[in-house]
Amino acid sequence: MEHIVIIGNGIAGVTAARHIRKLSDKKITIISAESDYFFSRTALMYVYMGHMKFEHTQPYENWFWKKNRIDLVKGFVEKVAHEQKKLFLKDGTTITYDQLIIATGSKPNKFGWPGQDLKGVQGLYHKQDLELLEKNAPNNKVCKRAVIVGGGLIGIEMAEMLRTREIPVTFLVREKSFWNGVLPSGESEMINEHILDHHIDLRLDTNLEEIIADENGHAKAIRTDKGDIIECTVVGLTAGVTPNINFLKDSGIELGRGVKVNRFLETNIPNIYAIGDCAEQHEAIGNRRPIEAVWYTGRMMGETLAQTICNNKTEYNPGHWFNSAKFFDIEYQTYGWVFSERSKKETELHFHWRHSKENICITIAYDAATKEFLGINTFGIRMRHEIFDRWLTAKKDVFYVMEYLKDANFDPEFYKSYENEIVVKFNSEFGTQIQPRKKSWKRIFSKA
Amino acid sequence: MKTIQNIGITLFIIGLAIFTALPFLGTFKLNQTTFDELITSQGIKSEVFIQDLKNTFVDKEFTGIQALAPIVKGVIDNANEVHDKNKEWGKKVYAGSGDMATAIRKASAYGFIPENKGLLWLLTFGLGIIGSLMFIIPQVVTLGKKGIKNDHIYHQSSTNRGWIAWLVFIFLVSFYLVLYFKAEYAVNWTFLVDPISESLSGNPAGQWFVYGFMYCVVMTVMAIRMYIKYRHNVYQMVRTTSVLFFQIVFAFLIPEIMVRLQLSYSKGYDFKNAFPLDYDFFFSWNLKELIASGGLGMFILVWGIVLTLVIVPVMVYFFGKRWYCSWVCGCGGLAETLGDPYRQHSSKSLFSWKIERWLIHGVLVFAVVMTGFTLYGFFAETGTVLGIKVQSIMNTYSFLIGAIFAGVIGTGFYPIFGNRVWCRFGCPLAAYLGFVQRFKSRFRITTNGGQCISCGNCSTYCEQGIDVRAYAQKGENIVRSSCVGCGICSAVCPRGVLKLENGPEEGRINPTEILLGNDVDLMTLVNKK
Repeated sequence: MEHIVIIGNGIAGVTAARHIRKLSDKKITIISAESDYFFSRTALMYVYMGHMKFEHTQPYENWFWKKNRIDLVKGFVEKVAHEQKKLFLKDGTTITYDQLIIATGSKPNKFGWPGQDLKGVQGLYHKQDLELLEKNAPNNKVCKRAVIVGGGLIGIEMAEMLRTREIPVTFLVREKSFWNGVLPSGESEMINEHILDHHIDLRLDTNLEEIIADENGHAKAIRTDKGDIIECTVVGLTAGVTPNINFLKDSGIELGRGVKVNRFLETNIPNIYAIGDCAEQHEAIGNRRPIEAVWYTGRMMGETLAQTICNNKTEYNPGHWFNSAKFFDIEYQTYGWVFSERSKKETELHFHWRHSKENICITIAYDAATKEFLGINTFGIRMRHEIFDRWLTAKKDVFYVMEYLKDANFDPEFYKSYENEIVVKFNSEFGTQIQPRKKSWKRIFSKA
Repeated sequence: MKTIQNIGITLFIIGLAIFTALPFLGTFKLNQTTFDELITSQGIKSEVFIQDLKNTFVDKEFTGIQALAPIVKGVIDNANEVHDKNKEWGKKVYAGSGDMATAIRKASAYGFIPENKGLLWLLTFGLGIIGSLMFIIPQVVTLGKKGIKNDHIYHQSSTNRGWIAWLVFIFLVSFYLVLYFKAEYAVNWTFLVDPISESLSGNPAGQWFVYGFMYCVVMTVMAIRMYIKYRHNVYQMVRTTSVLFFQIVFAFLIPEIMVRLQLSYSKGYDFKNAFPLDYDFFFSWNLKELIASGGLGMFILVWGIVLTLVIVPVMVYFFGKRWYCSWVCGCGGLAETLGDPYRQHSSKSLFSWKIERWLIHGVLVFAVVMTGFTLYGFFAETGTVLGIKVQSIMNTYSFLIGAIFAGVIGTGFYPIFGNRVWCRFGCPLAAYLGFVQRFKSRFRITTNGGQCISCGNCSTYCEQGIDVRAYAQKGENIVRSSCVGCGICSAVCPRGVLKLENGPEEGRINPTEILLGNDVDLMTLVNKK
């Protein structure tokens, strides 16, 4: 029986394993050094905040793996010997494979800051990072202040976590406004305000210069490029992630920043594939980045590769881009492409609406010439994935989207809806007379 | 703020302590007049019994802690033995010793407690209400900005099965045991609410009035907590208001007012309580009473049948079983208010789901078979069907399901097994509604394409123990018979993945292999298979 070995039990590897099991009878082994069972990495924050216990982050009960004949091995792969199709583990054991899937995910970036390896300095990615944070910052007596370096999604999550234990947080963000490499300015501005509302010492346009040690090799302060010294006991490094592939250095597998793969997710070595955060496309697909460290793309690569492994050779061909996040109390969803001012082309124009009091706003991107709808960012309003996916495929224009916007609303029942206000603003900016249509089940469920 | 909250907790605990101490306090002394009245009202003909009881109780002092029921039982047994020997069947005493003891206490209490009803109400209910509100209302500020407020639920003893949770568990279980099986100890509580009961129905309060009143008070206070905790979520606000309204008006006020108006159907009726949750609706004594009560009785009889056979399933078709379980029902109402802090304790394992299906459908079968027996007995005018005494089936159900399962376990186990133990494992009406919801309904929880990140908040906070994530992460809608539509999964989802909806039946159940967002061809290829 063919033996499929998967290194990494994150969403990419586990999705691949599940789908291979559905499609075939092959022997499947998943190797992980991080945890006994698959868990949702994105949920680690809720464990620290006390919303859940760690076991709740595990989507499958422990019997699931045996029942589905997926063997779990706890161990750290030190070396891949592809000529022998053999893996060497740290504990001295070896595992032979027929097909190998590398799905080892990421690790937090460290940019060579002085003091970056001191005690009390940590990222937030692995299960072990959560355990470390529980030790470094159990409460505001042990952790008098935390400094978070890096204004991305993990950074703001870490700030939210620490605030639930009333730990003072200073948040260093390199950009002039939070996440403005991704978000258009109106939205980025709203998140800045929300961060301040949560009593976080937000320092925009500020870089870390150095982490200063005390006599025990523990971080005691940081110095910024503005010359400020900020005393702290914990430093969170959340300036992005990078593929976790050190163990492949001399394996003969072609590496860039990640494991280089083609559209079939194949590496340069036959029978070795890479998926998820650690995979790097030779050429970016559409507007996507060559490395996509996103839950959803990891899952899609897993779904796709399972087809290839089970004799239905399939290209990785992600559909319309979508993503989501939550910034403290504000939910964010995006469908299609909305670029920030920093990265958008001249042909991409934006329509922006923001509620006068609440933290609710949307930005719709459209093409300047054709008025084709390109994408939407929504904050504080939930939208229907399927509707936007359909509209993007059908290349609807922005006027159509406005007219039928109510079909796309996914907020819970009885919520106040804002489509009328949004369309009024749109009409006044565009000189149009669009009347928003009533929500129609028929349209929503039609298979267009 | 913290100080106000701490004072609140202190006041609450003082109120609770006095309330808990009451059953063990007080003095009782039965005089001849009251004794005679009592004997007449109970319709007792046995002179042996009357003489014995008189010697035991009249003009004698008793304290609160002394159990009277065993003494009464001795007297009854003794009298019946004599009558058995003399073949005086007409004189045998059938009154229950517990009820008798309760009646004696109610009639014979004197001293501080019955003389200071108002003051004691303030020291128990009053302190409890003020204290808990002083704890709850500052949460407007302490919880911070509006949004999901589940911080530290698993860090706190009270909500993480710690010692506080176990104390609450012991208190609730004991309370229900007293209520159902040792009602004589609840007599001192009835004095606290006598004035309220008299102003409503004109009668002094019994233990069920204490329970009904307390139920409404607890729900109101905890509803205020819900309003604060979920102030960003209109669905939760509306739903909470609805259950509170139905509890106070339909379950509490209307039946009391019916009694006050001395309507022909003398015991009052909860118009929203549908059979088979209202399991004694078709018991022959109730049918006889309804038929004997003229127009109102007939209306209630027809209403009860139409409610179960037509209104309930039709509403479930349009709105799902939530319209009843989390918008109207009293059990659901308590679960959604008092029980909300414990919703995370329901087990999500496949094993629990298996037990759930056996148990809840077992209870439904039990209820239906029992009703079949009672109806047959009613029409055939017999007390024995297929060689089984109908009364003993009814007694078994009342004891096992009505008291132990719905009361002691159903509410007592909140802090340990979550707030919907009864609704999930035991309620026969929920089982019936569940069939309709699963097989013929427009209700579903829609999963939003491929947006799920498998975080587990939805499953953790599902009070019915549904592994919501198992569906959401596969892109499937959630169509489950047990879902009561509380809407919390949708509320706690950090990515806007879940929405409770009533929509067309077509496409309601949507199995998917490949999630939305992946290559369109791959989706159609795999999902078509």
